[in-house]
Amino acid sequence: MSAADQVPLQIVAYCCHYCAYAAADLAGVLRLRYPGEPKIVELPCTGRLDVLEVLHAFEHGADGVMVAGCLEGDCHFQVGNLNARRRVAMVKDLLNQIGLEPERIEMFNMSSAMASQFAAAAEEMTARVRTLGPNPLREESVS
Amino acid sequence: MIVAEQKPLDEIRDLIADAGKVLVVGCGTCVTVCFAGGEKEAGILATSLRMASKLNGNAQDVTHLTVQRQCEWEYLDPIEEQIRQAEVVVSLGCGVGVQALAEHFPQAWVVPGLNTSFMGLPTEQGVWEERCAACGSCILGLTGGICPIARCAKQLLNGPCGGSQDGVCEVNAETPCAWQLIYDRLKAHDRLDLLMEIQPPKDWSTSRDGGPRRITREDLRLVAEQVE
Repeated sequence: MSAADQVPLQIVAYCCHYCAYAAADLAGVLRLRYPGEPKIVELPCTGRLDVLEVLHAFEHGADGVMVAGCLEGDCHFQVGNLNARRRVAMVKDLLNQIGLEPERIEMFNMSSAMASQFAAAAEEMTARVRTLGPNPLREESVS
Repeated sequence: MIVAEQKPLDEIRDLIADAGKVLVVGCGTCVTVCFAGGEKEAGILATSLRMASKLNGNAQDVTHLTVQRQCEWEYLDPIEEQIRQAEVVVSLGCGVGVQALAEHFPQAWVVPGLNTSFMGLPTEQGVWEERCAACGSCILGLTGGICPIARCAKQLLNGPCGGSQDGVCEVNAETPCAWQLIYDRLKAHDRLDLLMEIQPPKDWSTSRDGGPRRITREDLRLVAEQVE
């Protein structure tokens, strides 16, 4: 393992209360193993996702952001997850204009019973961000 | 309302390239409700500019604030100190807002963050369409409340051109023919007789052709009464 592989990553995981947050809870109950980098922020619905808040996460050094909402068609508030998907697309476009890789943010969909899918999403996002490397906007590079 | 959209980030970055301290000023009126230059958009732009400049190795100090209305002096007075401290001010107001800032604060260098597009309305969430061209001589009373100046590509006054096909303008398949809309509406109101009156060539002197326009209302002016 190279030194770069050992740099602790900061991934903010915006999780919907009704699905991904419960799926993460279930993953813990089931003792599923997944990377510890994603730090969960519970949202009442991914429709609450705020573009400015996400930008602030990146500005203050987050290496990646994952947004996890209900399966499409199953949003507790009808279309909150579809709104979130469009906002994630908007942030990708903004990151591209700013000069950061748009792959640093991704939207995932799952139900509250899909613990293994949450673990897989955490694995996928951590691996992706590790490939991209730390966010160059970090105040100090962690060695 | 006045409808605008944000300029590409690269263009705004070029406009502020030489500045170390930048102030983004949003506007709380028209451009807030068309999601182009309100508080949220000012925050997003300021954050984006900070991040982009830092990534570029030339970190700029970019802050933001929003005034209720950029196009009236009294709303600008309270931000004089912040304006004074900024090397460049990025206005997220319409073209009127940009000029109001520049005129009210002659010492400030003000650049636009938006492209002011048109006067219109949201026809559905996320879609805005032009409705008024501010020609200065309204004829909506003759056309059933549908403006051929703003909505007809040729600004025709006496019916559609040959490019109107199946109710759609030949210029853009997504644009309904204004004169088809006018005909349908007058027919629905049994007012097709209005079309029999031939309209003379429009007097464009009340529009842009007459140069910059000005309205003076003596009954509203705050001038000292002259005693005879």
